[in-house]
Amino acid sequence: MSLLTNTYDVHKGEFETAGDASASIKRKLKQLGVDSAVLRRVAVASYEAELNLIIHSLGGQLTMEMNPEHIVLISKDVGPGIADIDKAMQEGFSTASEEARVLGFGAGMGLPNMRRNADGFAIESQPGIGTTIQMEFRLK
Amino acid sequence: MDQKFFHSVRLDKEKCKGCTNCLKRCPTEAIRVRGGRAHIINERCIDCGECIRVCDYHAKYAQTDPLASINRFKYKIALPAPSLYGQFKHLISASQVLEGLLKMGFDDVFEVAEGADIVTRAIRERMRGMGRDRYPVISSACPAIVRLIRVRFPDLIPHIIDVRQPMEVAAMVARREFCRAHDAKPEEVGCFFITPCAAKVTAIRNPIGHETSAVDGAISMLEIYGLLSSHIKSSPVDAAHPAHATAYGVGWASSGGEAAAVCPEHSMSVDGIENVIRVLEEIENDKLPDLVFFEGAACTGGCVGGPLTFENTYVARGAVRALMRGCDITHPDERVRASYLTKYNLLSDKNISANSAMRLDDDIVEAMRKMEEMEDIVRRLPGYDCGSCGSPTCRTFAEDIVRGYCNEMDCIHILKEQLKVMAQKMVELAKTTRE
Repeated sequence: MSLLTNTYDVHKGEFETAGDASASIKRKLKQLGVDSAVLRRVAVASYEAELNLIIHSLGGQLTMEMNPEHIVLISKDVGPGIADIDKAMQEGFSTASEEARVLGFGAGMGLPNMRRNADGFAIESQPGIGTTIQMEFRLK
Repeated sequence: MDQKFFHSVRLDKEKCKGCTNCLKRCPTEAIRVRGGRAHIINERCIDCGECIRVCDYHAKYAQTDPLASINRFKYKIALPAPSLYGQFKHLISASQVLEGLLKMGFDDVFEVAEGADIVTRAIRERMRGMGRDRYPVISSACPAIVRLIRVRFPDLIPHIIDVRQPMEVAAMVARREFCRAHDAKPEEVGCFFITPCAAKVTAIRNPIGHETSAVDGAISMLEIYGLLSSHIKSSPVDAAHPAHATAYGVGWASSGGEAAAVCPEHSMSVDGIENVIRVLEEIENDKLPDLVFFEGAACTGGCVGGPLTFENTYVARGAVRALMRGCDITHPDERVRASYLTKYNLLSDKNISANSAMRLDDDIVEAMRKMEEMEDIVRRLPGYDCGSCGSPTCRTFAEDIVRGYCNEMDCIHILKEQLKVMAQKMVELAKTTRE
């Protein structure tokens, strides 16, 4: 089955490029003619994932995989990892830095928003090693 | 011409030099330079008029109706856009403009600002009890923005308010009231919008949201400016035709006016098409959760900055503001009679469809294959986005190759590299044959 894969490097603290990866994903999905409702959900989730990598991680990658049945977004970073995933998944909980909060981020809605917008959501994390989030969006 | 693809924005091939000015500015990547001349891709053009503004050779123009075309009708009504008032610096009252239009040969005038008053109340009624999932409600007043959303933000279509534009409402009310007062038949009455832009011309000829427009034609402000200003100068200030619109309706002339009337709190007004695109991206990413109403204008400053206006945008904005001070300040909620909302069909009766002109292919598997091929080509291109190939960016050039419109050798940088390799080979060949 045909598969399209795009991987974007996202660096820690680089607010000036914030949104570039998700904007590129969004543009491609529009060119591919992905259904608007699905596109909107992928747009929101990929933007949140990208911002999370910039604000919270030590850097990582955002990957979009697509086949005619579904789109999978994978956010994979190299640390620092999440100590308490259940707590991190709660709305309003945030460990964002002062720098990020000044920019209007860190409302503690990132992860819950990702889960809400995706049809499938899985998160794995190990302190000191990193976090991997996988989100699935069904196209049919 | 097929009305479906009618566009007001046109190219004068004689004047076009084939430069890259318009190419770079088009927000929907609808222009290509081929064979030394610009071409507009009809399916993508949103008639925003950016290319008209940016062309140093005046090769881009807006097709409007000539003033003489009003004579097709027995009775002629002028519908002046509120931005028309901004074209005249020392107005004491909008009635001077209305009087001037009557002197030009119109039988009646109806202010589009009054249409804006009615639309203001209609939108407010419509938004009452509307689900939060429709937030932010997006204004439908700027037809270029509505078309932009169809092409680039199809997922935001459900947010567009389904109330007709002030120009449409003005035409409906003007025609009915004129027929009643003069015992005329509706088809004998021609309603002509005095337009600041090309987008409105297209909105009349090829409407979105309804089947046919109530407006019969659009006359460019630039065309009538000279004649109208001489009539205004010779008109007494206490003109016979009074202006009725409130300050709110007149305020629609500039960016921010609509939001101030419709939804003063939790609203945002953005002007300039690139700025509007940036905010629509944010809305798409759910980054503006508190926003209730969004007003976007393709032109900087709003309608007073339209490509067919004469006066400097900021001077015009000041003139409109000065005029507003003399207008009735009753809010349209109280001023506009409730009967208008029931007597006229103010709502759109056709769903807005997405425009798929940006799609690589209707079949998703084929589209994915083309995307893959495109990515491959992009990697080989220099990324200068110079426009020399005739496509606005390296990415669109790759897209054009995949669509079969051009080939990699149309990139002068790739061609140069190839020539270098060929020259090297010839030198080597010459050497070996000499030995």
